[in-house]
Amino acid sequence: MRKVAIVSAASRQEEKMLDNEVELMVPLISKVREETGLDQTEIGFTCSGSSDFLAGQAFSFVMTLDAVGPVPPISESHVEMDGAWALYETWVKFQMGVIDTALVYSYGKPSPGSLQDVLSTQLDPYYVAPLWPDAHAIAALQARHLLEKEEISLQHLADCAVRAGTVENHEEYYEQQILADPLRPADCPTYADGGVAMILAAEGKAEELCEKPAWITGIDHRIDTHHFGARNLSTIPSAKKAAEKAGVHKADIDLAEIHTAYTVHDVLLRKELNLPLNPEKSSKNHPIKAETLMASGLLRIAEAARAIWDQEANRTLAHATSGPLMQQNLMCVLSGEKE
Amino acid sequence: MPEINVPSSIKDLEQVQSVRTPIRMEYTFTPGVAAQTYLREFANKKILGAVSPVDGAVLVPPRGADPRYGALCDEFVEMPHTGHIGSFCVTNVPIPGRELELPYISAWIFLDGADIGFLNLVAECPPEECRIGMRVEAVWKPDDEIGMTAENILYWRPTGEPDLPFDEAGVRGWHVRGDGESDA
Repeated sequence: MRKVAIVSAASRQEEKMLDNEVELMVPLISKVREETGLDQTEIGFTCSGSSDFLAGQAFSFVMTLDAVGPVPPISESHVEMDGAWALYETWVKFQMGVIDTALVYSYGKPSPGSLQDVLSTQLDPYYVAPLWPDAHAIAALQARHLLEKEEISLQHLADCAVRAGTVENHEEYYEQQILADPLRPADCPTYADGGVAMILAAEGKAEELCEKPAWITGIDHRIDTHHFGARNLSTIPSAKKAAEKAGVHKADIDLAEIHTAYTVHDVLLRKELNLPLNPEKSSKNHPIKAETLMASGLLRIAEAARAIWDQEANRTLAHATSGPLMQQNLMCVLSGEKE
Repeated sequence: MPEINVPSSIKDLEQVQSVRTPIRMEYTFTPGVAAQTYLREFANKKILGAVSPVDGAVLVPPRGADPRYGALCDEFVEMPHTGHIGSFCVTNVPIPGRELELPYISAWIFLDGADIGFLNLVAECPPEECRIGMRVEAVWKPDDEIGMTAENILYWRPTGEPDLPFDEAGVRGWHVRGDGESDA
């Protein structure tokens, strides 16, 4: 496998942004290009992730290319998924041996529309979507299942809420009114507008662009069926499989940046991956506090890379999820060593 | 097609050919800083262009960035209400949602001093007389009907001034980065 590293990243999240997608992304894309000294003409491949359903506009990603500057013409691709999958496509391109550098970015602006409605449109279009179940209610179905089976406890959820920073302590958690039984507001995400941009480079180039490149030592993504009825809600086979293929457990993980927008998903995923429920090092920016659909996953990868650049960690895990009830999962292991 | 086994009670029913699951979603569009600035002034009958920080090219209407370079444009200039036709098309079929007399002319309008054009209607001009380089001016809606909308200008009409030479009409100021050459 060709060694590929993340050498620069920039991000921004706000609850409600007045900038349009281009105005949001220009400073972020400019920052990573300036930090690495790369001009767009020196970048082999540009790949992005976003959703027209958030923008309320067809081919909205094409307009956002104004933030990149595709003159002269660039090699470009887009996924209607979280940017973490754009990074995966880019990683494959590196493995093909056709590029040495790449720009990956993604963004989401849920504030103009109703995210609960947008999320309903990703459900099975024949049997589920016409019922318009909202995302909190679906997460609550899984939470109820796990609580009643005693696979997780309210204590776990309260611990996670405190760790994520949605409440100060357990008392505050238990005082909250139920939002979607059994979930409280502290269990559910606050949505944010935002974006993230990053530069990747192959071995030989990465060392020139970054003092301590964050090497991708394993990456894999898997999917579970979208039929809720056909899924065992006690487990996340796709996450486990992706973790195994990405070699998550080959060595210790210093920091896990996991993309879980609900406390119940955080607890379940940690159990599935044998990660500590109350980790020593915790994410500084938990997605429950600021969930940016289409960017949160790539942001986890950026944060996991940042921990390596800042020498706070040497081996980190970044996880991204997409689809209802963590249907799709991507695992990316980063390391300060090439391994 | 493979044979499908269904209960005998519904065996003779007509096959479902399609299913409709209507979806409606509402958005409160946020146009961004550039478009907001542009539309606010457009409602005052002013046309703003954005100035590229890279080479000073004037982009109308502003979209927030110079799309050639991905560079933020936060400087605006007020544009004249006159320009020329960069290219045009005469259409003989009706357009859904708009009542236009046929045939109508849609043209790529370049304002004086602008480096890129925008699409608009040309009228008060027989189609056979429309030409690249023809000078035009804006015909606005009545003042009390003007708002923050692209519909403020009804159409563009010929001014009667001499045409811009054919070779100077249309896109200018676009050059390929790297070779330092401008084809303006």
